[in-house]
Amino acid sequence: MADIKQLFGKKRRGSLITLGMVVVAYLVVNALMMGGVISNSLTGQLVPICAYIVMAVSLNLVVGVSGELSLGHAGFMSIGAFVGVTSATMLADVLPGPARLVASLVIGGLFAALAGFLIGIPVMRLHGDYLAIVTLAFGEIIKNILNNLYVGMDAYGLHFSMKSSAALGMQGGSIIINGPQGAAGIVKLSTFLAGFLLVIFALLVVLNLVNSRSGRAIMAVRDNRIAAESVGINTTKYRLMAFVVAAALAGMAGALYAQNYSSIVPKKFDFNTSILVLVFVVLGGMGNIRGSVISATILTILPEALRVVADYRMLIYAVVLIVVMIASNNPFLKQKREQLRRKFRKWRGPSSGGPTPDPVAIEGGDAQ
Amino acid sequence: MGILSNLINGASLGSIYAIIALGYTMVYGIAKMLNFAHGDVIMVGGYTCFCCMSYLGVHPALAVLASVVVCTLLGIIVERLAYKPLRNAPSLDVLITAIGVSYFLQNAALLIWGSDPKSFTSVVGTGSFTLFDGQLTINVTTLVAVVANIVVMVALTLFTQRTKMGKSMRAVSEDKGAAQLMGINVNKTISMTFAIGSGLAAIAGVLLCSAYPTLMPTTGAMPGIKAFVAAVLGGIGSIPGAMLGGILLGIIEIFARAYISSQMADAIVFGVLIVVLLIKPAGLLGKEIREKV
Repeated sequence: MADIKQLFGKKRRGSLITLGMVVVAYLVVNALMMGGVISNSLTGQLVPICAYIVMAVSLNLVVGVSGELSLGHAGFMSIGAFVGVTSATMLADVLPGPARLVASLVIGGLFAALAGFLIGIPVMRLHGDYLAIVTLAFGEIIKNILNNLYVGMDAYGLHFSMKSSAALGMQGGSIIINGPQGAAGIVKLSTFLAGFLLVIFALLVVLNLVNSRSGRAIMAVRDNRIAAESVGINTTKYRLMAFVVAAALAGMAGALYAQNYSSIVPKKFDFNTSILVLVFVVLGGMGNIRGSVISATILTILPEALRVVADYRMLIYAVVLIVVMIASNNPFLKQKREQLRRKFRKWRGPSSGGPTPDPVAIEGGDAQ
Repeated sequence: MGILSNLINGASLGSIYAIIALGYTMVYGIAKMLNFAHGDVIMVGGYTCFCCMSYLGVHPALAVLASVVVCTLLGIIVERLAYKPLRNAPSLDVLITAIGVSYFLQNAALLIWGSDPKSFTSVVGTGSFTLFDGQLTINVTTLVAVVANIVVMVALTLFTQRTKMGKSMRAVSEDKGAAQLMGINVNKTISMTFAIGSGLAAIAGVLLCSAYPTLMPTTGAMPGIKAFVAAVLGGIGSIPGAMLGGILLGIIEIFARAYISSQMADAIVFGVLIVVLLIKPAGLLGKEIREKV
């Protein structure tokens, strides 16, 4: 036991538990699918769930680990989605299906990262609620631009226009992105396996970053920017690093998400989607990567599971959100939970190493 | 004349934004929370007014009064049930709760009134008058929005400067702890702020629906976000800032629609916000707080 601990360390062990959990969930779902237990509507949700997990994990890197409230995360997803679809169409004759999907994810992620970098430079000059509102503004701007973007491809290559599909001046060929109508006729390349692998990739990236020197620097900046700066940490660099990595992962999630449907519109990635992902992060626990995975899964399934109560499902979802927030901040319930935790530790005995906090649970606290 | 007409329309739209932004900024100043459900209170105000006029046949003035009363009560109830238990919670938890309230109001409206848009009849009629030999036409609705904004502004300034409640509001926004030590009932003050903000949202809702007469459960969402932007543009927490930010935003939006591109107007509005915040990080009239080490 002691050797394993030395080998992996406490934090590594926490990361392994998270990864193991995802692998087990993947195997169980696959087994259930083969058994025919899972309904069709849920099978259709599998890729979106994976995309939302990646979104939640990446946003957690910004909101929980780096401590900056971002309200425009769906914008990066949108860039990844449309760049991914465009690149997949361009590569249609060059690469076979799976390789094309990987290529489109990478290209989508790169473009989103580039956007994250360009947006991040001005955004990182601000703090707190002002930073939040600027990310919201950028998210809306991205949506607005994509809503007016026309992209077509013919024998001469790609054509762009911000006016109309007629202005593309195409010689035959096909329109890939058609303004507000978005992209249609997308080849469905995304599979549950691809989604699972992307989740694993995102977890590896984020968990490794969090447990690295850079990750500790990011958290130091979150906890006390001035103190971090005074010991020689380049605060802008590390805040930007978290922001760009999160944008890249969101772009990949977007590319995965888009290629699960035959058509996709820019309006899908609006402010409400950003908020939805933020809800996953906060309910899962700020800075708690494992929590993000779990809450993204449950909260994506919840509205589907509530289909029984049809019209009332979103109403119930809203009440659940409010009640969970109030309950988790209730002093009486907090005390009870702490008592339960202490009892659990006593019961596990001293071999587990006494009062070790949850390895990946980094105290989030205020994001101001 | 085109410019003048756009300027008036912009000021009118901006007045509506300003009245909504006042609710945001007052609540932020006092409770330090971003009340994302504020936009949906506008929608509730619109529906209440619509129901009173179309189903009950009430006089428009009474309908407006009814929607103000309903929204004020709604604001107080929401504050009591959802926000009060979270007084000492992390700010993001309060934000998520506000989002929950927003979902709740939108979906409750969807259940009650359905998703098909209702066409709202303007509370002040559809009349218009012309100036400069018919070169300039102004809608009554446009004018009423501007006048309402001025009245609200004057009333609110008098309220915060002269009355005891207004003074205690300013005190709480300045320093909650100190205000409490001076014997101010902080909880009551916060409830009062929500009540006033929601009452203003009802007025904004009626004006908004009079100017843009389609009423849906999501009607309040976009104006809510824009008004929030307006509040930040002017410097969140500052009442004159909300006024200035709102009117500027309205004028920029209308001008962008008229002279640049109607599709890109929203992007331009948000672009202006970003530029302003980069030059003045605390907004136009916001107080720059120096960090002390």
